[in-house]
Amino acid sequence: MDKPRIRVPATARKGEIVEIKTLIRHPMESGQRKDASGALLPRKIINRFVVAANGRTILDAALYPAMAVDPFIVFKARIDADTKFEMTWYEDGGASVSESAEVKLA
Amino acid sequence: MSHTKGWASRRAVLQGGAALAAAAAGLLAGPAAAGVEDARKALAMLTGGAVPVEGRITLSMPQVADNGATVPMTITVDSPMTPQDHVTAVVVVADGNPAPEVAVFRFSPEIGVVDVNVRVRMAKTQSVIAVAQMNDGSAYIARAEVKVTVGGCTT
Repeated sequence: MDKPRIRVPATARKGEIVEIKTLIRHPMESGQRKDASGALLPRKIINRFVVAANGRTILDAALYPAMAVDPFIVFKARIDADTKFEMTWYEDGGASVSESAEVKLA
Repeated sequence: MSHTKGWASRRAVLQGGAALAAAAAGLLAGPAAAGVEDARKALAMLTGGAVPVEGRITLSMPQVADNGATVPMTITVDSPMTPQDHVTAVVVVADGNPAPEVAVFRFSPEIGVVDVNVRVRMAKTQSVIAVAQMNDGSAYIARAEVKVTVGGCTT
C-alpha cells in the first residue's frame, strides 16, 4: 500500500476543534467490476480505518466497497493536550499501513 | 495490535457493524410505501428498543451527483461527547447500491466532536440513511436523497 498522507494543524489552543485530513491512494476494487474476459475482479479494499490519540482509540471505522477510490477521510477532533495521532489503514487480505502526526498546544 | 486495546476488537466492530448495516439495509429494501415507520421499528430492534427519531444527526450530500464514483458525504452529530453523553456509533447505508453498507464509524468520547467527511460511490439515484447511536441507547436518523447522473459502482 502507498504511504498515506495526514494533514493536521501544527498547534491548537486547549479545547480547540481541529480538522484532520487523511488520504491514501488505493483502487478500492469493489468486487463488482469485470475484466476484459468477463471474470469478476476480486474485491480488495481498505476495510478499516482506526485513529488513536495518545494511545487511545477515538475513531474506528468499518469501510465497505461503497467507499470511493483513494479514500479521503476528513474528521474533526478536540485537542486538550499535546496529541499524537496514530492512524492505521487495513486492507483486505490483512495488510496494513500506519502513519502519525502531532498537534502541540499553542 | 496494541492501539486497539481497550476498544472494540476488529471482529466485534465488523460483526456489530455488519449486522447493523445489514438490518438497516434490509428495512430499506421493503416496499417504498413502508417508509420511515418500518425503518424506525427495525432500527429500534438494533438499538435495544430505542426508536430512532429525526434530529441531532445531520447527513449532508449533494442533491445531484453528476459522477456517482465519488460523492462527498458529511456526517455531524450534535453531542457534547462527554463520558456521560456521547455518540457511540454512526451507521450509513445506501439502499440503491449492489451492497447497501457504506460505513460504520465508532467513536469514543475523547474525540470531542462527531464530524466526519468521506467520499462514497453511488450506483444510481437513491436515498442514503445515517443512524447515530448514543450511549444512553437512544438513536437518531437522517436521510439524504441524491440524484445520480452517472453511476459509480461497476465502472
